[in-house]
Amino acid sequence: MSEEHIVSVLPAEFADLEPFADWSLRTEAERYAKRLSSTMDELQTFYDAASPRLEAILEYLDALELRGLPDEATRLLWLSYSLVNVSFPVEVWRQPRVPDSGAASMDVVIEPAV
Amino acid sequence: MPYFDKPAEGSWTAHYPELGTAPVSYEDSISPEHYELERRAIFAKTWLNVGRVEQLPRAGSYFTRELQAAGTSVIVVRGTDGEVRAFHNICRHRGNKLVWNDFPREETSGVCRQFTCKYHGWRYDLQGACTFVQQESEFFDLDKADYGLAPVQCEVWEGFIWVNVDPDNTLSVAEYLGDLGAGIAGYPFDKMTQVYKYRAEVGSNWKLFIDAFAEFYHAPVLHARQAVADESRKLQGYGYEALAYEIEGPHGMVSSWGGMAPPKDPSMVKPIERTLRSGLFGPWDRPDIDGLDPLPPGLNPARSPAWGIDSFVFFPNFMLLVWAPGWYLTYHYWPTSYNSHIFEGTLYFVPPKNATERLRQELAAVTFKEYALQDGNTLEATQMMLETRAVTTFPLNDQEILLRHLHKTAREYVAAYQRDPNTPYTPVRVPAVS
Repeated sequence: MSEEHIVSVLPAEFADLEPFADWSLRTEAERYAKRLSSTMDELQTFYDAASPRLEAILEYLDALELRGLPDEATRLLWLSYSLVNVSFPVEVWRQPRVPDSGAASMDVVIEPAV
Repeated sequence: MPYFDKPAEGSWTAHYPELGTAPVSYEDSISPEHYELERRAIFAKTWLNVGRVEQLPRAGSYFTRELQAAGTSVIVVRGTDGEVRAFHNICRHRGNKLVWNDFPREETSGVCRQFTCKYHGWRYDLQGACTFVQQESEFFDLDKADYGLAPVQCEVWEGFIWVNVDPDNTLSVAEYLGDLGAGIAGYPFDKMTQVYKYRAEVGSNWKLFIDAFAEFYHAPVLHARQAVADESRKLQGYGYEALAYEIEGPHGMVSSWGGMAPPKDPSMVKPIERTLRSGLFGPWDRPDIDGLDPLPPGLNPARSPAWGIDSFVFFPNFMLLVWAPGWYLTYHYWPTSYNSHIFEGTLYFVPPKNATERLRQELAAVTFKEYALQDGNTLEATQMMLETRAVTTFPLNDQEILLRHLHKTAREYVAAYQRDPNTPYTPVRVPAVS
């Protein structure tokens, strides 16, 4: 792939989170699937990098119109949704999956556009 | 030691003496024959909530619902006159399912000017009238006016859309919901249009999942790890007591405290909840809309300052949960067999004004799913063992009063149907002893 295709996907202020840009996922199904297919080390690394930045993320995004976010801000918001999702394995379960939820699944059929 | 007052009789259950206090049989949840009776006696005869008016924003907006337990599929549509109507989803020509996409058993939704059958092109307008018959002159004395879509009773109550497939039903939704419904009329449901909807196929009888959400006795144990360790030990030590229970006719409600939104001590909750100011009980800060203060009189019936949530069980399969921080949640349980059902959980928030509010709602929604996954899997484990019939009756405690009432109500509908299948059963509304 040529050089110009390697561009930053998040706002410049959050360049430190670029290594975790693959957590910038539009749907809950994608975020939950990535959580389940990650190791606890991977989840912890993402959490440790992103959670200290959450307040700065909120301050940055709150200055913008939620329903007209530029693409890079939208991706930052999606990454924040992933942080919320992985907070459960990291802060509570100590494993990617909800304990004793082996056979159970719960699919999102409607979620907000933004 | 009790933390909250109980009725003068000494228990909530004794307050409704028709419930009794004996151990309860769960045969009604493991018998295929009983389930077939429930379909005819309950799901084919009572009002069923199928959605919200916001799903039908304009003339021609429609959705279908597969009501397997009631033995039909319905189309719910907003007509050119603005009215919401429901029809059996069947073409009057030769019975093809009228509205579906790709998979005949799956639900669909959209906007259209008319309904056109995929098979022979018969058309129906948004009010259900037949407007076009392909090669009409080939038929024998056919008058299109006789071939409108078969209507299903449909009413809107507080923005909730209900259908009743029994053409002989004479009760309005408001009458059916009774005082418990009337007590929450006026809540600003229409302002809460930011929606998350979850769906799960659950390997248990439909009543077992209502059981799980109609008592909080399980919460300090099953969900122990969702609280931080010290808080969890404290919660298990307390156990669970509701603020109040109310039962009226086939419906019931439990009012519960909710000290977690916001918590008295921030160290009680997990770190991301502290940062975002949100959690299981929703965003800690109420949205700035009218209608939340004062609340309709049916909410927080104990008038407790510790109030957190009211859960209404509207028979047979609809639960409505109103949370103190100003949002609501619905549960639907759609039976597919005696030991399986489809669960739908839908969260409704006031649309967020900014990213912070949006993330607070995201945390509440994600938390809901984490809890519901724990609840859901327990049900399959319960169903499995109930079906062994190794044990056949089970003691229910006072905090499980709504379960006792649900199973009793369902059995009564079946018994009434067995006595007289043609007369809709209206449960006697026994006033509580005072």
